[in-house]
Amino acid sequence: MSQSPTTSPTQDYDPSAPLLEVKDLQVEFRTKAGVAQAINGMNFTLNAGETLAILGESGSGKSVTAQTIMGILDMPPGHIAGGEIRYRGQDLLSMKPERRRKLRGVSISMIFQDALSSLNPVLPVGWQIGEMFRVHHRMNRKQARQKAIELMKRVGIPAAEQRVGNYPHQFSGGMRQRIMIAMAIALDPDVLIADEPTTALDVTVQAQVMRLLKELQVENNMGLILITHDLGVVADVADKIAVMYAGRVMEHTDVFSIYSTPAHPYTKGLLESLPRIDAEGDRLSTVPGLPPTLTDMPPGCPFNPRCPYATDLCRTDRPELLPVADGHTSACHYREELYAGTITAREEVQS
Amino acid sequence: MSNPNTGAQPDPFADSEVVLDVNDLVKHFPVKEGILVKRTTGAVQAVDGVSFKLRKGETLGIVGESGCGKSTLAKLLMRLEEPDSGSVTFRGEDFLSLRGAALRRARRKIQIIFQDPYTSLNPRMSVGDIIAEPFTLHPDAKPAQGVRSRVKELLDVVGLNPDHINRYPHQFSGGQRQRIGIARGLALNPDVIICDEPVSALDVSVQAQVMNLLEDLQQEFGLSYIFIAHDLSVVRHISDRVAVMYLGRIAELGRDHEIYGAPAHPYTQALLSAVPVPDPTVRGQRQEIVLKGDPPNPANPPSGCRFRTRCWKATDICETEDPVLEVRAGTTQRTACHHAAQNEDVSALD
Repeated sequence: MSQSPTTSPTQDYDPSAPLLEVKDLQVEFRTKAGVAQAINGMNFTLNAGETLAILGESGSGKSVTAQTIMGILDMPPGHIAGGEIRYRGQDLLSMKPERRRKLRGVSISMIFQDALSSLNPVLPVGWQIGEMFRVHHRMNRKQARQKAIELMKRVGIPAAEQRVGNYPHQFSGGMRQRIMIAMAIALDPDVLIADEPTTALDVTVQAQVMRLLKELQVENNMGLILITHDLGVVADVADKIAVMYAGRVMEHTDVFSIYSTPAHPYTKGLLESLPRIDAEGDRLSTVPGLPPTLTDMPPGCPFNPRCPYATDLCRTDRPELLPVADGHTSACHYREELYAGTITAREEVQS
Repeated sequence: MSNPNTGAQPDPFADSEVVLDVNDLVKHFPVKEGILVKRTTGAVQAVDGVSFKLRKGETLGIVGESGCGKSTLAKLLMRLEEPDSGSVTFRGEDFLSLRGAALRRARRKIQIIFQDPYTSLNPRMSVGDIIAEPFTLHPDAKPAQGVRSRVKELLDVVGLNPDHINRYPHQFSGGQRQRIGIARGLALNPDVIICDEPVSALDVSVQAQVMNLLEDLQQEFGLSYIFIAHDLSVVRHISDRVAVMYLGRIAELGRDHEIYGAPAHPYTQALLSAVPVPDPTVRGQRQEIVLKGDPPNPANPPSGCRFRTRCWKATDICETEDPVLEVRAGTTQRTACHHAAQNEDVSALD
């Protein structure tokens, strides 16, 4: 790249390319116990104004995906073994670090799960929000403080002028998450990654924060990547969804299809094991067993030891993510049958 | 009755023995200020006048947001904290006045399962020792068959392999650890198990396994549960009756179909409407009540009704008069609200 680090990184973008495109991303962790394949072939595209939910249980690789896109993955032990992450057509992974740093916060920004541990406890929140402007826009303290107050108002923090000098511990959990959001949207990013933004919050506060995120997304026409394990939140806000299991995308489709016609046994099992607030259930159906250890993956499909539909084929051949319908892909050998609902459980799976 | 769901079936536990009778329980924690001379400047009113009855074989769900006093209530019922006033009657005995050997005997019958399966098990004790520890503390409750064979039996009951008795907690997954915690809770044949957020640290697919196990154990041993959780869907699934707590008080108490089908307290309505439903087709069709602000400081709660600062129905009477938890017109459950009324739009039932 011939550009000097001071020129704006927004120059040589391909206008026809999608906002964010992840192709066959592979991330490993090299540990004493062996190589853990945290992400094993992740693919998705995100357009402006769109919300993509990445759903998965602990250890499925959803947070590693977010960290890799953001470029904050700890390396080592992390290692990007292959794939591309393209932001407006430009590959982020081959980009020079200082150039990539200029994109962070400006083009791609992130909200973390635990606001208390993500904020610096010994600095006032106004200073921490203003830091974005001082570092990226070379503003002086006074201007940055003014900007911080504006942002605090925008994310709905009451009495922003009085509270700009307060420290994180003086705010409630919901207010702290709003401060995190203010920092993330400070420089009007195109892509916002929210990693479990409401998991630590109470349900009434969760509703407030999700509503705020949605409003800001519409206002700025941002692409939003929502990382969550909560199928309820997904149903409420997402446009598209990628279901992850053991570092792989198991099913990828629009949010309506996933709930009405899941084409992967894992998605189906998850939806059926959910206690519902709007219906009295007798006994919950469960997904038996446990997710595999990432250092010791089963051969074939990673879900086969827990799958009620698994056959010998599943124990030897790894299914690829292939289409079952327009815009609906699933990594299961029996996706067509599942989609059509013509398959029955083959054997009792032992937990 | 305007709602067909209320009072449809008779309460299956109406004639069962009252195991636990809690009356007007109060616990305030003093707030101290000053560096050299500590002065008490106020009190966090963690639990402030909570009453309920728990019957044999029944599950009472307690829901509420953080800081509402649900975990303090659990500690009071375990006598890990001493209440300031109020009474707890356990199988006809005044539980709070028990001392010494009598207290130890009664304590066996009320056990607890904690939220975090990672911190509630000693990492340096084997699973066998963890589950056998209750017998060390209560030597006269030692099983006749021998401790080790009883521990193996307990492991089997909670769905773990009895051969893993010598393993350590780190060799188990989160769901399996929670099963170990449940086995420890069962060891002394309790009548009541207090489950303090038992599944909130678990993944969805594992959560269902543990909830099914809890239900099976209840059937098998006739246990009564107090099930504390913030997840309203989980509480709905497992509970026979539900108490909604707000700032140390019960806002609404009723059978699960009353609370979820025809909530009458504005706070319950707001809570229910805030729970996202895993069904994208109802998006935008449900009435959403988004409460303003945060819960007030429990050290300085508002006068009158504690919910009035966030309530859209609040009037002058809410400021001056504390509403009593009682059955209000048009409902069958007990509600602590002057303006209790069903809201046609808010019901978690289809």
